Amino acid sequence: MRLGHMLASVALGFATLASTGAKAVEIEYWQYVFDTRVKAMNQLIAKFQEANRDIKVKQTTFPYADYQTKVAAAILAGQGPDVVQLFYGWTDNFIAGKMIRPLRAEAFPVAEIQRDFFPIVSAMKRGNDYYGLPTAVRSLALFYNKKAFKDAGLDPNNPPKTIDELVAAAEKTVKRDGSGNIVSAGMTLDMGGQDHQWWREVLIRQFGGAPYTENDTKVAYNDEAGLKALTFYTDLQKKHKVGQAGFMDEGQAAFRAGLAAMTIDGTFRLGSFGTIKAFEWGVTELPANAQGVRSNYASYFANAITTKAEGEKLAAAEKFLKYVSSPEAMKVWMEVVGELPARRDVALTPENVAHPVYGPFLKGLEYAHTTLFKDEAAQRQVAIDMANRVLIGGEDPKTSLAKAAEAEQAIIDRAKR
Amino acid sequence: MSAVSHREAASGGLWSRMSLGQKQVIWAWSFLAVPLVFYVVIRFWPTFQAFYLSATDWTITKPAAFVGLENYWRLFEDPLFWQVFRNTFMYLILGTPISLLISFVVAYYLDRVRFMHSFIRALYFLPFLTTAAAMAWVWRWFYQPVPIGVINDVLSSFGIPQQPFLRSTSQALPAVLAPAVWAGLGFQIIIFLAGLRAIPVTYYEAARIDGLSEGAILRRITLPLLKPTLVFLVVFSSIGFLRIFDQVYNINTNDPGGPLNSTKPLVLMIYQTAFSSYEMGYAAAQTVVLFVILLVISLVQLRLMRDR
Repeated sequence: MRLGHMLASVALGFATLASTGAKAVEIEYWQYVFDTRVKAMNQLIAKFQEANRDIKVKQTTFPYADYQTKVAAAILAGQGPDVVQLFYGWTDNFIAGKMIRPLRAEAFPVAEIQRDFFPIVSAMKRGNDYYGLPTAVRSLALFYNKKAFKDAGLDPNNPPKTIDELVAAAEKTVKRDGSGNIVSAGMTLDMGGQDHQWWREVLIRQFGGAPYTENDTKVAYNDEAGLKALTFYTDLQKKHKVGQAGFMDEGQAAFRAGLAAMTIDGTFRLGSFGTIKAFEWGVTELPANAQGVRSNYASYFANAITTKAEGEKLAAAEKFLKYVSSPEAMKVWMEVVGELPARRDVALTPENVAHPVYGPFLKGLEYAHTTLFKDEAAQRQVAIDMANRVLIGGEDPKTSLAKAAEAEQAIIDRAKR
Repeated sequence: MSAVSHREAASGGLWSRMSLGQKQVIWAWSFLAVPLVFYVVIRFWPTFQAFYLSATDWTITKPAAFVGLENYWRLFEDPLFWQVFRNTFMYLILGTPISLLISFVVAYYLDRVRFMHSFIRALYFLPFLTTAAAMAWVWRWFYQPVPIGVINDVLSSFGIPQQPFLRSTSQALPAVLAPAVWAGLGFQIIIFLAGLRAIPVTYYEAARIDGLSEGAILRRITLPLLKPTLVFLVVFSSIGFLRIFDQVYNINTNDPGGPLNSTKPLVLMIYQTAFSSYEMGYAAAQTVVLFVILLVISLVQLRLMRDR
């Protein structure tokens, strides 16, 4: 009886295996582990498979720390994903390693991409080819503590609009003890957080310069504008004394604890700040300069098709990539993960733009820049060290800036070889 | 037994013609071969691979090309390498004597304490059992400025200006070293205690009858007889401080080895080169240099030990 039962189920198993093997194409999708991202992708896969019964998508996830190494090792060994998620800044590496392939223009017309997506997706373009498309994008904004604003006699519904107003608000909200030590910061200083992006893509431009030229391969900030931007940043601590690098360890920790009135951070921080119970906070666009010039830094994880996908798997992978970059997928992603849609028309609905939290981030996307990093960690380190030389070492900002420019150029040049 | 007789039948008497001694040797080697092969595959093979890698420009994604000694030249011209080199030796030069001195003093007096001896010993040993990552995080918060940094809170309540600790290029390395020394104390105290207990009591009794002072007993009897323990601990803690990593990495995760590389040890530089910049060839060259340093220091120390 039991044996017969077992045989039957084995036979049934073979039968289903054979039938699905004959019909369904199975493709693999890889991304890093992050609870809501995995959940959103599971929903998308379920919907996609319902519409495409001949395709099966298998999702595999890894911790973020090992992600790049594992993807590289797997694809080079002929294993691994057909569709893979990658940070836009890794694109050069993935192309050089022949790990991802350009999107076929027949399946993904360049003109349509340029019309429908935010301009920042151009960071996935090499020559005339796009190498991937994002589902969602992130940008920066100024978070402010409404309670701290109210306590300091500022209007909690009228956050700073310019960088001068930012300094003024920080001066009002900072709290110091009898010896002059900061006990609650007006504005956080954290180059290791998002401040290096703010400095690089926003402040330098607002002081009339540009961080790089020639497709981000030549460092261009070692000039008057770069110096003004760096001095503005370090003056927050040295001259205005409204914040202190290392205060509460991290800028976001200080803000979370209610010990900082303002901090600059990204959409990815919304989940963490959403759990704050002790005070009410608000978000506003990154402040403009006196002439009204605004800028922002946007980044994203894109989905790309690997060189492993061939024949019917390639066709299935293209279908899947199309689906995860569709307006429908972007809505799901925004609801579940809280990241902004990468397509203009999905993102910039009147409802979204008026949203008190998403609105400021979305407005930032229109004028955002995306740095083409060669080695993000190393380039970030250059900015951290540049600020530290001034803040800790007491070095002249001009000398420190020149050193930073030289060090970053060396990193970029080495990656080009 | 049955396996042996099967083999006898199969190998046509070759086994039976061997002497008992030869058989014992074969058996011994077949057992020894298991850990030996494992060790060669897990340890030595990757080591040789690292030597080879250090002469290439492999970056995981790009295929490796042979570049000769270029990585080594780059390393010797890299000011960061020399700073990291200095830092690594600072950990060694400060860490080893300080930790040995403290642990010896504690062990020396703890040896005489009878009241709650094992409880106190357990307290000293406790930090050794704690993970370095957790400890580094706690100390990281100790060192914070006011209002949350415990040390600075105490300082400023006495009217002493607050210290930057981890945010200072001169104070950061000692600040990182302190928890590392503290964490290692428990182990060193236990070893010292064992060494002290191994010295025969009769020596002390004879010395006291002869009227030697406590200082003289310490200098003439305790320390000379403790030499093997001391040499072991010097070698052991030297290697530990030369390979310091987790304490440094975890106490300042946003700017590992910072500020301005003032706390970065060689192992952290290797880690960042390999797993953040993916320059595997360059990282392998750094590893070879670390290997040579450890080898030289260990050989020198073993030589000193042999002279005794």
